[in-house]
Amino acid sequence: MKESSELVTPGDLRYTRDHEWARVEGDVIRIGVTDYAQDQLGDIVFVEVPKMGRKYAKGEECGALESVKAVAEVFMPVGGEIIAVNSALEGSPGLVNSAPYTDGWIAEVKPEDLSEMEGLMTPDAYLEMLRGLKE
Amino acid sequence: MKEFAGSSGLVLNEPLLFDRGKRGRCGMSLPRRDVDHFPVDEELEGRGPDFPDLAETEVVRHYTRLSTWNFGVDTGMYPLGSCTMKYNPKTNEKQAALAGFAGAHPLLPEELSQGALKMMFELERFLAEITGMDAVSLQPAAGAQGELAGMLVFHAYHGSKGRRRSKIIVPDTAHGTNPASAALCGFSPVKVGSNDRGVLSVEAVAAAMDEDTAGIMVTNPNTLGFFEENIRGIVDIVHAKGGLVYADGANMNAVLGMVSMGDIGIDVLHLNLHKTFSTPHGGGGPGAGPLCVRKHLEPFLPTPRIVEEGGSYRLASDFPLSIGKLHAFHGNVGIMIRAYSYILSLGPELKRVSQLAVLNANYLKEKLKTILHLAYDRPCMHECVFSDKLQAPLKISTLDMVKRLIDYGFHPPTIYFPLVVPGAIMIEPTETECKEELDLFVEAFREIVKEAGENPELLHNAPWRPKVRRLDETSAARNPRLTCAGVINGERKS
Amino acid sequence: MTYLPHTEEDISEMLQVIGASSLDELFSGVPEDCRMAGGLKLPGPVTEWELNDMMAALAKTMAVAPEYKVFLGAGSYHHYIPATISYLLGRSEFSTSYTPYQPEISQGTLQAVFEYQTFVSLLLGMDVANASLYDGASALAEGLLMAARVNGLKKVALSSLIHPSYRQVVRTYLQPAGFEIIELPHTPEGRTELAGLKSLEGLGAVAVQSPNFVGCMEDLAAAADLAHSTGALLVASFTEPLAFGLYRSPGSLGADICCGEGQSFGIAQSYGGPGLGMFACLKRYVRSMPGRLVGRTEDRDGKPGFVLTLATREQHIRREKATSNICTNSGLCAVTAAMYMASLGGSGLRELARLNYDKSEYLKNELRKAGFGIPFSAPTFNEFVVELPAGSQAVYHRLLDRKMVAGLPLCSFYPGMDDRYLLCVTETRTKMDMDELVSRLKADYPVA
Repeated sequence: MKESSELVTPGDLRYTRDHEWARVEGDVIRIGVTDYAQDQLGDIVFVEVPKMGRKYAKGEECGALESVKAVAEVFMPVGGEIIAVNSALEGSPGLVNSAPYTDGWIAEVKPEDLSEMEGLMTPDAYLEMLRGLKE
Repeated sequence: MKEFAGSSGLVLNEPLLFDRGKRGRCGMSLPRRDVDHFPVDEELEGRGPDFPDLAETEVVRHYTRLSTWNFGVDTGMYPLGSCTMKYNPKTNEKQAALAGFAGAHPLLPEELSQGALKMMFELERFLAEITGMDAVSLQPAAGAQGELAGMLVFHAYHGSKGRRRSKIIVPDTAHGTNPASAALCGFSPVKVGSNDRGVLSVEAVAAAMDEDTAGIMVTNPNTLGFFEENIRGIVDIVHAKGGLVYADGANMNAVLGMVSMGDIGIDVLHLNLHKTFSTPHGGGGPGAGPLCVRKHLEPFLPTPRIVEEGGSYRLASDFPLSIGKLHAFHGNVGIMIRAYSYILSLGPELKRVSQLAVLNANYLKEKLKTILHLAYDRPCMHECVFSDKLQAPLKISTLDMVKRLIDYGFHPPTIYFPLVVPGAIMIEPTETECKEELDLFVEAFREIVKEAGENPELLHNAPWRPKVRRLDETSAARNPRLTCAGVINGERKS
Repeated sequence: MTYLPHTEEDISEMLQVIGASSLDELFSGVPEDCRMAGGLKLPGPVTEWELNDMMAALAKTMAVAPEYKVFLGAGSYHHYIPATISYLLGRSEFSTSYTPYQPEISQGTLQAVFEYQTFVSLLLGMDVANASLYDGASALAEGLLMAARVNGLKKVALSSLIHPSYRQVVRTYLQPAGFEIIELPHTPEGRTELAGLKSLEGLGAVAVQSPNFVGCMEDLAAAADLAHSTGALLVASFTEPLAFGLYRSPGSLGADICCGEGQSFGIAQSYGGPGLGMFACLKRYVRSMPGRLVGRTEDRDGKPGFVLTLATREQHIRREKATSNICTNSGLCAVTAAMYMASLGGSGLRELARLNYDKSEYLKNELRKAGFGIPFSAPTFNEFVVELPAGSQAVYHRLLDRKMVAGLPLCSFYPGMDDRYLLCVTETRTKMDMDELVSRLKADYPVA
């Protein structure tokens, strides 16, 4: 597993305590899981993506990542309607391992309340939390 | 250096059955036809499945070769924690195969099946005596079905009092079957942690127990190998709030003749005949998971029940509060016969089984604790839990060590469970291993720990000696290949 | 006792290492108020010699072949088990191993189960089969729970011609989870009345057994069409898998989930258990499936091998969110069934199925000729119902005295079936047995 210094946390994202990230792209928010999350889980073999068109509340369980011997739930970083899911994950769940912030994105959300983004952690705050976890 | 059982030899390959055979062969003798052909409905008639045609020699050789790639209790020590892989006495197999039992139809009139009914009735009484419970149903087909039956009893009991309860307390050391069985009855599990002695505290249970909680599921002794020493206090708390106490009997092998579960206030308990009572695991079943209850819950047991009247036995279904049926017939009778034979063979000496199981576990614990990190340094019951903490700095994991154990000729212990011990190595030797074998097991671990320092690659790439080495489980899960020839809709596609 | 290897010397040496003075002291972790008072009040210990006598005495009271001619089926079938099967099952590498969690030293079980999965998929006309469930009854309950997971609907329709015990088990499993269960009536020719399905809303699954409890083949294609038109899945149950050696498979007729009992395939009847819960489905539902699955893969050197896979569905990982609570299943029975299917082969299976059919048709025909009623006209496999004239209970008991079990009295299962009996004829019944049954019945009913 990676040391905390090896973990990537891009500056343009906001993070949750459950290791999801969210990025504002115009009036849509793209979501996924962090480098730390994929590293903890190991080789991801299946991604259960959120349901297209469904509305989820902030913090609601919306999907899951499966490795061979573990399952991690995915929770909504912000509330809103799912307007796109990453269909490439169906055939290539490993994208979440190899490119968690880019090709391994999970879904796009039309947010109910964009200000919910402000409640999420900055990269620094998230890294600080990870250092606590690694100790 | 000692000589270990692990060795190399000629291992034969064997193709899939579906890559063998030739149309027109048959591996089995069919009876002579003594009636004419009758017409078959054309619309319903099919072509029959596309099975390979194999000769008898091909079938025999196929399965004989396959068997040599397996490791069983008869092959060597199998110290899987909480699985109780004890020796499976051969006489039990012989009794279960008696034509009167093996050939009996389950719907025979009662007057023509007295022997089986008597055996079952007596086995119920034996299990009641051993557990200190009042009534037993043999119907559940395995431990998890016994748990489900227990949860159904909880559900029906509360229902009979005109109330619904939505939660159930499950300790963090419980087997996964506990929360899964509870969920089937609509109970949502509330997790309770164990204290620094590895057991539940009265306070922790008191904090979780309320009047919306159906009760608690306790594995006793628990999966860390400790007797839940606060059980009486826990029972009182749960009962005071109108709840029931369920005991998972997976680890009963530690306390036969030592603890009466009924006397300490357990309301419902299941046993695993394929653990404690020596019936073989069969590479994953069949087992049997009898359900034992105290008097006040007897009306809820599955039906039919076996009733004795003046020396004859019958099946009775007139129990209006019963949770109903769990099995098409009477449960896994073939397994019951084996357990019945085992109990008769040992009688009151069953107590010695537990004494020696605990002796073996404590002996291993003392010997191994100088080599491996012991999670809780206190006397254990039938199993003890170590971890890879001391080897972690060498980047050697529990998995690496136990895979190497295979090369030495031992089956690995249970690993990464219970979850409360990171990198857990959970060892249950059972009473049927002799001292020399335990000593050899310790020596194997000593060698392995030495290798971890000197030649870590030996462990990272272990095992070396079996037919196959570590398998790619990731690609198996990403691209599941679950049938031989890519079957789609019952047709072979390649 | 021969299973306990410890000598007194061993015990004292081991106690010394532990630092305990006696075996009792090892139990210091058990509080005094939890100790059992007094010893176990059990008979024994008995010697192996004594045990042999005791068990033989019990077994002797059971009515079995060849002394008894048993025409009973109804979910447990008397088929011949070839010597090879018991011989191969005696390989204790199969029987004394645990669930194959360590694949490197479990390839025998894993490959055998993988082949079993293939056999079952081919037999039932499905894409995927699991490594087994307990028995046909719990397999049906699991099939219905699975259908509800797939489409989120907790309303199911059960044919009243599904084995009565299976329906009871379904109720036990489904009712606490808040399911609504509707029972479908049956037609005069012995099939499920499907017409009512059209008017049912929010239906998650339709369950039909074929051959059904009274032996008749159902119109599964019609059931599938109707189920699918209401948005429900068709769950096809069975108790006699040998029927698919002769008749079209449930999968080829549109079933989404197939589940039933596999005891017929080389597994001893053993007074009803252990049996074998066969379970198969379409590939698109595999992640909702209960039970274990074996998959093919490669090892580090690229050699083919097998592992348990898609385990995240299961209780040891997903706990309360698992697709089932099942852990120990019927592994050895699955391997037995695979050995049996391998021994028969495709040609043998077809021939044996045909023989069962023809023998059963022979008896049906002879009874009809003798003037007894065959109330259901739908095609059957190796079981059918005969209707005897009034007062049949006494006749049935007289036949028992003559060591003939003339089928299963249906009076306790369905109202209005007081004189109807479910008869089963497998390859183990000879023409002579059947002729004797008919002539005895004729003798008891001289005017029939």
